[in-house]
Amino acid sequence: MLAGAALGLVAAMGLMIVRAVMGPSHYDRILAANSMGTKTVLFIALIGFLFGRPAFLDVAIVYALINFVATIALMKFFRYQSLSQNLTGQEAADETTEHV
Amino acid sequence: MSEPVQMIGGALILLGAIWSIMGAVGVLRFPDVYTRIHAASLTDTGAATLMLFGMGLMGEAGMVTLKLFFVWAFIMLTTPTSANALANAAFGSGHSPRIGNFQIVRGKNGGGSAPDRGARA
Repeated sequence: MLAGAALGLVAAMGLMIVRAVMGPSHYDRILAANSMGTKTVLFIALIGFLFGRPAFLDVAIVYALINFVATIALMKFFRYQSLSQNLTGQEAADETTEHV
Repeated sequence: MSEPVQMIGGALILLGAIWSIMGAVGVLRFPDVYTRIHAASLTDTGAATLMLFGMGLMGEAGMVTLKLFFVWAFIMLTTPTSANALANAAFGSGHSPRIGNFQIVRGKNGGGSAPDRGARA
């Protein structure tokens, strides 16, 4: 039963990879990466139960946190084309670029 | 841990996997960025709740249950937040949602799944 659920999660992750490859806009790709990260968290926890190693749950916790940060960073990069800019709309990088 | 509780936990995990596949099919089939965000966000939180609750029923109570609760809490905090930020960024960059009666026309405009900007809003 657990192996069937793991196979189902792998199938869902494959469909997400298809959407990430053929997604027409950047946001489809970011969405597919984020959703696949969530499925990976569930998959890691399930693998820990399947093989009788509950220490995998720590990996799942860390992966859940990193997934969120990676999604926000990717979105900021695709929106502003750089990571060194404020998210508040103020253009803080202008002072450094004007003097160059 | 008794046998029926294990069975219920396994059934919940399997239901969560089926739920996740349904969400992935929705993300693959829906015509718009916003509808895809809707499908992915809702089914991710639902599948995570079902699967982690099933795992909590299967494992022994204690540290494992606490860790599963932490994973569930992180997912329930971060998935709606990232979906909201993603929709906000997509709307701010000029993607208009497709409103009204429309059909997905194959062969026109690259398979018809690309959001056409401002044509139907």
